[in-house]
Amino acid sequence: MTLAVLNISYQTLADALALGGIYALMAVGIGLVFGVLRLVNFAYGQLVMAGAFALALASEWNWPVWAGILLCFAVVLALSVLMDRLVFRPLRTQSPAVMLVATFAVAFLLQSIALLWFGSLGKIAASLAPLNRPWQISGVDIRKISIVAVLVAAACLVLLQLLLERTSVGLQMRAASMDFRTARMLGVRANRVIGGAVLLSGLLAAVVAVMLTVQNPLVTPDFALRDTIVVLAGVVLGGLNRPVAATLGGFAIGFASGLLGGALPTAQSQYLPTFLFAAVILVLLVRPNGLFTRDRGSVERV
Amino acid sequence: MRRVPRVPELVGPAALVLASALLGLAVSVSTQTYFIDTLVKVSIVVALYLFIGNSGVLSFGHISFVAFGAWTAGVLSVPVSQKPAIMPNLAHFLRATTVGNVPSLLLAAAAGLVFAALVGLPLMRLSGLAAGIATFGVLEITSNLLRYYEKIGPGLNAFSSVPETTGIWQAAIGALICVAVAFAYQRSRFGRMLRATREDPAASAAAGISIYRQRLAAFALSGGLAGFAGGLYIHLLPLNINSFYLDLTFITLAMLVVGGTGSLLGAVVGALAVSGLDSFLAAAENGVSILGLNLDLPAGTRLIVVGALMAVVLILRPGGLTGGREFFLPRLRRRARPDAPPSTGAA
Repeated sequence: MTLAVLNISYQTLADALALGGIYALMAVGIGLVFGVLRLVNFAYGQLVMAGAFALALASEWNWPVWAGILLCFAVVLALSVLMDRLVFRPLRTQSPAVMLVATFAVAFLLQSIALLWFGSLGKIAASLAPLNRPWQISGVDIRKISIVAVLVAAACLVLLQLLLERTSVGLQMRAASMDFRTARMLGVRANRVIGGAVLLSGLLAAVVAVMLTVQNPLVTPDFALRDTIVVLAGVVLGGLNRPVAATLGGFAIGFASGLLGGALPTAQSQYLPTFLFAAVILVLLVRPNGLFTRDRGSVERV
Repeated sequence: MRRVPRVPELVGPAALVLASALLGLAVSVSTQTYFIDTLVKVSIVVALYLFIGNSGVLSFGHISFVAFGAWTAGVLSVPVSQKPAIMPNLAHFLRATTVGNVPSLLLAAAAGLVFAALVGLPLMRLSGLAAGIATFGVLEITSNLLRYYEKIGPGLNAFSSVPETTGIWQAAIGALICVAVAFAYQRSRFGRMLRATREDPAASAAAGISIYRQRLAAFALSGGLAGFAGGLYIHLLPLNINSFYLDLTFITLAMLVVGGTGSLLGAVVGALAVSGLDSFLAAAENGVSILGLNLDLPAGTRLIVVGALMAVVLILRPGGLTGGREFFLPRLRRRARPDAPPSTGAA
């Protein structure tokens, strides 16, 4: 059964929604850290990769599903705190370019460690595979994971919004991402806010790791690398300065690439990155500060 | 504002390039490949430096100009008789022509220049993260098109049958040309204007400098050098499109940052240091003996050490190894005063 006009099946639509949801979570993870540190974390995908390897190992050791997920969360959180302490903290005062290249180096390092440890063929994370089977909803088959992903992403975003709007640490985080120096002068503790943002973004990375391994159980060292690149483009497209804008950007690019990937015939879908990034460039030229930001950007005046 | 570079400052980078070429001549043929590869990397990093160093704007897209230059030189220098076998879907006008070594390099440079100018025309209006992501988009698109569009190249296959003319001398001369061009540019009034916009965009705009035009000029010129370096690269090895993607982008940017983005010397030092270490570790993975000690590292160590080293250098010396300084001769430096004529002659 298809939506006849656009030649898009419901499965494609559900997959696109799910991908949009997952990318939205990654976008928030990247956006939160950017908000407090002005740091674009290129190594975010490698956090997801590490979590995915934890899941794969757990399923290799025949651990129960909950233990595997727990291990995934533990590994990702430990790694993000470690990254913050060892790399982000010493470089906090440096220019964004230096920090970006430093996260490049971390990404490269983690990927090479994974390559040395697990080999380029990767491992299979099979314990959550049942979620890949279809559910029948009023005559339409839709894979369970697509629905689960949409629901989990929505729940995470709602919780996050509550945290940012209704708690004092959330308030401090929003204040810090508006103007870090002023926020500090008003008594916001830098380490607490940054630590909070890093932990939250690590939690989101772990959630993303779980959902991506269900969709693609083969975990290789470059797992989630392509996703990170696309999400980064989406985040900048949406607008990095506001978490909501970044999230919408992530969702939009995930939804668009899911839809195009499912709807285009193979001869054209190999050119999907070209279409996607051409669109990104076009949007950036028209709105350099992002699609979903209110101001059109101000030029610095002397 | 930063000191304006003086002619003796060319000595340092040029001497480093020559020294590595001479060292490359002294070693065995199999080791020499590493030196040639290093010198080609120097060319790429200097091309990157010309834009990033002088403008202060990050570009992730330069490897697409390298790739485009490599494709141009590669497609044009495969002998006509071999073309149908390697590139069966090649467009007609490309199938009939073959050019020599030097013309193919010049055409690669021209291709890089034109491509960068066209891309820069809209993109140089952006700055900051938007510019970074947009240039990244250019890399994605170029890599995607070259990978699947087989009318202009071998697609996913490697570029075999390209004459392997990039020996140690061609690589060294190529690197010297890049260094000289970058040096001449940063000494020219255009280079100085661009550096002014890097230091203070608002003040330089107020002084009548068009940031857009200066960036565009530097972008095109550095795209030309990048295309030229791509030509050198394809004449060294039968590469395929995967060689011109994220890994090369990452390693060349890292070389630039490790050396120090602020100076030409930094670009050369960074390329030589990282490349040298990388080559040494690659050799050590196959087992080498130094001073009677047998060193045999497990495969993959190389990438880990290089990645870790880069992170460490950035943390300890965020300005890079050179800290953005150019090479200077100590005696000349002491004598130079603002009112004294620029002292030259010692070279």
